[in-house]
Amino acid sequence: MIELDLRPFVVAIILAMSLVTYVTKAGGLWLLNRIGISERLEAGLEILPGAIIVSILAPELADGGPAEFGAAGVVLLVAWRTDNVLLALGSGVGAVLVFRTLL
Amino acid sequence: MGGEPMSTDAVEAQPDSEDAGDQRVEFSSTGLRAGFIECVPVALGVAAYGIAFGVLARQVGLSTAEAVLMSATVLAGASQVIAIELWAPTVPVATIIITTFIVNLRYVLMGAALRPWFSQLSPLKAYGSVFFTADENWALTMGELRSGSRRGAYLLGSGLAIWVFWVCATWIGAVGGGAIGEPSTYGLDFVLTAIFIIIAVSLWEGKSSLLPWVVAGVVAVVSAHYLPGRWYILVGGLAGCLVEVARFDD
Repeated sequence: MIELDLRPFVVAIILAMSLVTYVTKAGGLWLLNRIGISERLEAGLEILPGAIIVSILAPELADGGPAEFGAAGVVLLVAWRTDNVLLALGSGVGAVLVFRTLL
Repeated sequence: MGGEPMSTDAVEAQPDSEDAGDQRVEFSSTGLRAGFIECVPVALGVAAYGIAFGVLARQVGLSTAEAVLMSATVLAGASQVIAIELWAPTVPVATIIITTFIVNLRYVLMGAALRPWFSQLSPLKAYGSVFFTADENWALTMGELRSGSRRGAYLLGSGLAIWVFWVCATWIGAVGGGAIGEPSTYGLDFVLTAIFIIIAVSLWEGKSSLLPWVVAGVVAVVSAHYLPGRWYILVGGLAGCLVEVARFDD
């Protein structure tokens, strides 16, 4: 069973995250009843998740060693070709272990 | 939960360019059940992310209960994994909450697309249902409603399927993750990077993604050297967003 190990500080952060997320989920129903949104702004909002994930990855990979870089390539290839999350994860973890031993 | 099925559907679903016409939606247990059952295969895919999220959450020091609580209340995969990436011994609270909000801003568009049908539901049903919006079941629901279905409870039903699988998978991952010792022995320190690459692949929309992504990456690398903490993530992401907005119509 789940051991109820809940720190108030962490719970507060989680609830704040859930609140801002709910605001985005309900905001489209509520806010856009009142104001419109241009297609230009839509395009910008749609690109956000990808741009943020690239912003996390780029500095990480720029600082990484050859093992991480190579394994990143493996993940990219497997995810792109198979569209299978677990397979891509498994290959990446396997690749990083192999490359760290070899390189 | 990676964000994949967003694509251009939201653009086509402009509230002013589409309305439900005389398509009256109802809110029935039949629709609820149909949504749940039809979403189960998709929810299985979501579960793979959930397991990874659970493992990662334990690695950065969240308890199993905290990881499960996050999945149950936030229910937005990409932003949860990003929060784990940002999590540190001194938790950068503002960065985490603001980034969560920015990453999830796309839900505003998705909610807007539901309006022609959801405006017919009572506020409790409409605003209760949208809590269960995730990328995957939103896409299913839009397909269902656009094809003329009257099942207003479809989003809730399919969202409940996502919720159940996401929460259970998080729990399984967290319990498993807690049993693992030094993560780098097993290459698990690389899982977070791998997950982001997988999400990025699912968000890739062809050549149109290239310019904003390159700008985001370059700006992030440069600002990582000059800005404190993890603010470079938002700076890079917003730079990519601005490029997209600026070049629109081109």
